[in-house]
Amino acid sequence: MPTTSPPDAGLAPRGAGGQAGAAPRPARDRDAAGLGRPRAAAFVTPALLLIAAFLVFPALWTIYLGLTDYRLTGLAAADPQMVGLDNFTDALKDDSFSHSLGLTLQFVVGSAVIGQAGLGFLIAWVMRNRRGALRRLVEALVLTAWILPSSVIAFLWIALLDRDDGTLNAALHTPGTAWLLEHPMLSIIVFNIWRGTAFSMMLYAAALGNVPPSHLETARLAGASGWQQLRDVVFPRIRGHILTNLLLISLWTFNDFTPFLLTSGGPEDKTEVMPVFIYKLALSNGELGFGAAISVLMLLINLVIAVVYMTLLRRRKEDAPA
Amino acid sequence: MSTEATTDLEKHSSPGRGGPPPDPSATGHLAGLAGARQAVRRIGFYVFCCLLLAFFALPLLWLACAPFDRTPTITASLPDFTLQNFDTLFDNPYAMRSLGNSLLLAAGTGVLVVVFAALAAYALSRVRLPGRDALLYTLLLLSSIVTGTAAMVPLFNLAFELHLIDSQLGVILVLTGGLLPSAIFILKDFMDGTPRSYEESAQVFGASPLQIVRHVVVPLVRPGLATIAVWSVAQVWGNFLIPFLLLRSPEKSPAAVVMYTFYTEGGQPDLALISTFSLLYSLPVVLMFLLVSSRYGFRFHGGIKR
Repeated sequence: MPTTSPPDAGLAPRGAGGQAGAAPRPARDRDAAGLGRPRAAAFVTPALLLIAAFLVFPALWTIYLGLTDYRLTGLAAADPQMVGLDNFTDALKDDSFSHSLGLTLQFVVGSAVIGQAGLGFLIAWVMRNRRGALRRLVEALVLTAWILPSSVIAFLWIALLDRDDGTLNAALHTPGTAWLLEHPMLSIIVFNIWRGTAFSMMLYAAALGNVPPSHLETARLAGASGWQQLRDVVFPRIRGHILTNLLLISLWTFNDFTPFLLTSGGPEDKTEVMPVFIYKLALSNGELGFGAAISVLMLLINLVIAVVYMTLLRRRKEDAPA
Repeated sequence: MSTEATTDLEKHSSPGRGGPPPDPSATGHLAGLAGARQAVRRIGFYVFCCLLLAFFALPLLWLACAPFDRTPTITASLPDFTLQNFDTLFDNPYAMRSLGNSLLLAAGTGVLVVVFAALAAYALSRVRLPGRDALLYTLLLLSSIVTGTAAMVPLFNLAFELHLIDSQLGVILVLTGGLLPSAIFILKDFMDGTPRSYEESAQVFGASPLQIVRHVVVPLVRPGLATIAVWSVAQVWGNFLIPFLLLRSPEKSPAAVVMYTFYTEGGQPDLALISTFSLLYSLPVVLMFLLVSSRYGFRFHGGIKR
């Protein structure tokens, strides 16, 4: 190899540690302040108690609730009965569940996997050699869309897409188009692309920074087209980043409640993605048991994505030069 | 495969690096073609940039114009400049109180997350507690799986059983529980990277462990603590779901929820109020973001959860 690629410092999961390239640490677990195990345990306990109460326990309770016919009001509220796996089999047979699952799939694939990752990569690729005002402007706008509170963003989009006075209808000369009613899924998919592209853009910008420019240049000089450069030089080097990116944005988009702020799941149930579906079922209609069963299915899907992600992360950490 | 190919290419063309390619067969025609291609590429680039800027700026225009418009409408247009709309906002006790509530929730959660995460991360970084690695792994996994949306039913139940419905403390505790795992993970990484020699010399000079933690370790890891503080405050500031689930009375609701009621309830939305409120409510996150990116250089929110 002509060059050794630098370790991908500053990438997402490492956080602020910045330990890439640090000197070897022989005494990794040295108790430098003489804390001692009892005190250390006391330090860890408050955090663990909070996590146990408000994260672990709810997860276990979801599973338990999913096995009962618990309701918010009425007879079953006072004395919930175990119904075993009925809720799950009901859910899997239920039309509204499969409808919601289909919408969620459209939402995740359309807005995250294709939209955010595609647009984020495109921006990072096009801007890779640019420094200056244009690049800063683009990045500032994309980031603003990402950091503003979702309630504000939701209203901005409601205003943008308004039937009578919306800026979009004025810009496209399509007066009277009620985007949120006529194209509800398309609206929230485009909305989510707009909202979340920043993360992919930054991740790919960092990843492309690790592709040695000399490799691209030699490929270019040898007559490789843009697409060939991407396929043969860039993609093999950032495969890990692509996978990380896709898994994370899928997980986040799958758990995103923001569509509720735009459409409340409507019109009718045309934008009832999984989180909105659960909210309506469990907390508006009071079917807590059935809602919990669907939550369990959601937890399972999250688990699969997260385990794949963590396994990859671990493998990459092991592969990284010591 | 591809690496071999590139190494080959490297060998062949390395003398040409840095200057124009020494291509003896280049004729005027080819050069013209290359020039045209370059021009097309350049035009394509600017068209792409314009579309991109339009796409990302269009929804934001309204937020920039409407707050300063004498007669704000839904359509984004050049404002007939006034600051009167802000009077409407400041006179609305409901709106101002919700910002106070957001501040309370964010500050409360921020303090709890920073203190508890720092203590736990320090202990996990310096002392080999049994089962530590498995614990960290499980924590990170859990925090990404058990999201507010997936666990909303039991969270609601739990708050109900603990009489924490309509309690701001309940919201703070739930949010803290959700943010702690990622915060511990990031901070532990950070503390692993700080040198131990200061603590050891303090120990030599007879400082007690707690003194060392307070006077040596805390100043040393301050940038990490600041990062976590900003990160958790930003998370809570924008959070809609948890307060929406757990709080009932409007007087206790934070800006995220109150903002939503502004445009979903009560017939004709008051655009003067909504626009100025949106702006004021958005300002802190933008400022915090600028602060972090100028001070520490912007990095990703660490961890798996956003």
